[in-house]
Amino acid sequence: MTVLGRARAAVHPVRATPGDAVIDVRDLRMRYGSYDVLTGVNFTARRGEVVALLGPNGAGKTTTIEILEGFRMRSAGEVQVLDTDPAHGTEAWRARLGVVLQSWRDHAKWRVRELLAHLGSYYTEYSTELVSRPWDTDELIETVGLTPHAHKRVGGLSGGQRRRLDVAIGIVGRPELLFLDEPTAGFDPAARREFHDLVHRLSDDDETTVLLTTHDLDEAEKLSDRILILAGGSIIADGSPDELSRQMSTEAEVKWTRGGQRYVHTTTAATEFVHKLFLQYGEEIADLEVRRASLEDTYMTLVREYEDHTVSPRRRSGREEDRPGAGVPQVTEDRGAAR
Amino acid sequence: MTTPVMSAARAGLVRGRIELRHTFTNGQDLWAYLFPAVVLTVVMYFMRDATVPGMNFQLSSMTLPSVLGMNIAFGSLINLAQTLTTEREDGTLLRAKATPNGMVGYLIGKITQVSGMVLVSCVIVLVPGLFVTDSLRLSASSVPMLLWVLVLGLIATMPIGAVIGSLISSPRSMGLVMLPMMGLIAVSGIFYPITSLPSWLQGVGQVFPIYWVGLGMRSALLPDEMAAAELTQSWRHLETAGVLGVWAVLGLVLAPIVLRRMARRESGSSVAARREKALQRMPR
Repeated sequence: MTVLGRARAAVHPVRATPGDAVIDVRDLRMRYGSYDVLTGVNFTARRGEVVALLGPNGAGKTTTIEILEGFRMRSAGEVQVLDTDPAHGTEAWRARLGVVLQSWRDHAKWRVRELLAHLGSYYTEYSTELVSRPWDTDELIETVGLTPHAHKRVGGLSGGQRRRLDVAIGIVGRPELLFLDEPTAGFDPAARREFHDLVHRLSDDDETTVLLTTHDLDEAEKLSDRILILAGGSIIADGSPDELSRQMSTEAEVKWTRGGQRYVHTTTAATEFVHKLFLQYGEEIADLEVRRASLEDTYMTLVREYEDHTVSPRRRSGREEDRPGAGVPQVTEDRGAAR
Repeated sequence: MTTPVMSAARAGLVRGRIELRHTFTNGQDLWAYLFPAVVLTVVMYFMRDATVPGMNFQLSSMTLPSVLGMNIAFGSLINLAQTLTTEREDGTLLRAKATPNGMVGYLIGKITQVSGMVLVSCVIVLVPGLFVTDSLRLSASSVPMLLWVLVLGLIATMPIGAVIGSLISSPRSMGLVMLPMMGLIAVSGIFYPITSLPSWLQGVGQVFPIYWVGLGMRSALLPDEMAAAELTQSWRHLETAGVLGVWAVLGLVLAPIVLRRMARRESGSSVAARREKALQRMPR
């Protein structure tokens, strides 16, 4: 996963032109009654970037997205989406957005093709020289893999097919910015893979900016150029999956065998540890495996840290204690030793 | 040169046509079309020997145009209110909101669809009715009368339906609207002449559009001498236009305000919350 993420990062060097921001959020606050949901959210998204918004339930992900979509009025803060304040977005502005929300059950009596052709027709007048709108209906159906179901009633689609249709409707107007709220809920692994390919295609070929929320951290890692973690009403982490785990300097797990015995050791300085391991045992070491913390580990650490109110984002000292003595590595035979 | 709003309006007409077609493809909607015709047939059968009080005229022949009036006023109001609450809950409205000029298309679509549904249900009642009774008078002059009462009746009741549909929180609360509506039909001289009611009920009936659309239909389809069986022994065309006109103005002023307020509140989480609530209420 990390490999995939890194490969993407290599293909897409981060472009940092300041005027490039498609989403620009500054000190966004939202308050319901006396309860603060968002207490100062800051982030930007550049053109063609895929950004994943992660966070525990109730952290305010949906609220944030709804404010950006112009469906909800914010309490305070500066928000620019495609150079427009979403609170005063025009229909022409809306034509440049794509929205895929959770829990659609609409248009059950319509046929798939009929519905896509109809919804597409609203975008015709917003066609530009650069972007021809809407997406050709049959091509779109093919793209989301619904060709065999094009003439089915929407109400008769399975959960996964329905979700594909939702995605198709979200992109029928060839949006410059696409919001995806838990897009792959109910997808089987094959459908999920196809969907990931589609998102990559949208961001690579059409330079579509994508903001998605998901609870699937594996998906976030595969799809996104950048990950934002929203907890307690503000962004507590912002970076590529890789950067996040490096920034957290979480432990890596080193596994090896020596003399038929299997060893596992957790350390924050894996390279140094392995180097010393070889210095000490040389060719006796076999089946070496170094696994850096997954996004899930990083996420859990960050959120737990936040929830424990041990606020400092970079705690090194706490982990230092886990490390073996500075000199010769001490091979601990904890987990997996007997395998 | 077409503007986006015009093209959305055109899309709305297409939408209305498609959704009207959908109503012919499922049992529930087909039954809703046939139900008034079935009720009417049963009522006419049992009333076949009854006459209009004080006149030598078949009472059932008078019921037929009255039921047409009820179909128009009640049908357009209830259908619009019902679809609005249902489609707010299932996310159709939010979808329209997420589409450029989608609300324009949605509303024009609904008006087209509901008008079409009312027209179809009228034809279903009228055509067999013409064969059952021979006292109806369908002449060249009755067609324009039919048309203006139909159009004004729709304009007077549909916006009210939109207001009710926006204010009601869920489709399951439609019963709250249906009950007073049934009461209103009872005092609107649809199944029994309003002249036989106590005068205060006559007053109540004459406030609302159902009575007037029924009266308009009777005046279009019954021989002129039947005006004697009405209140003040006249078809009261001017009053019909007046009362329906007031309702139309009232509705057209109120509906956009209420609709806009409702639409502004629609968001993904409100749709999700309502869905959650609906699921909880489902019997397990």
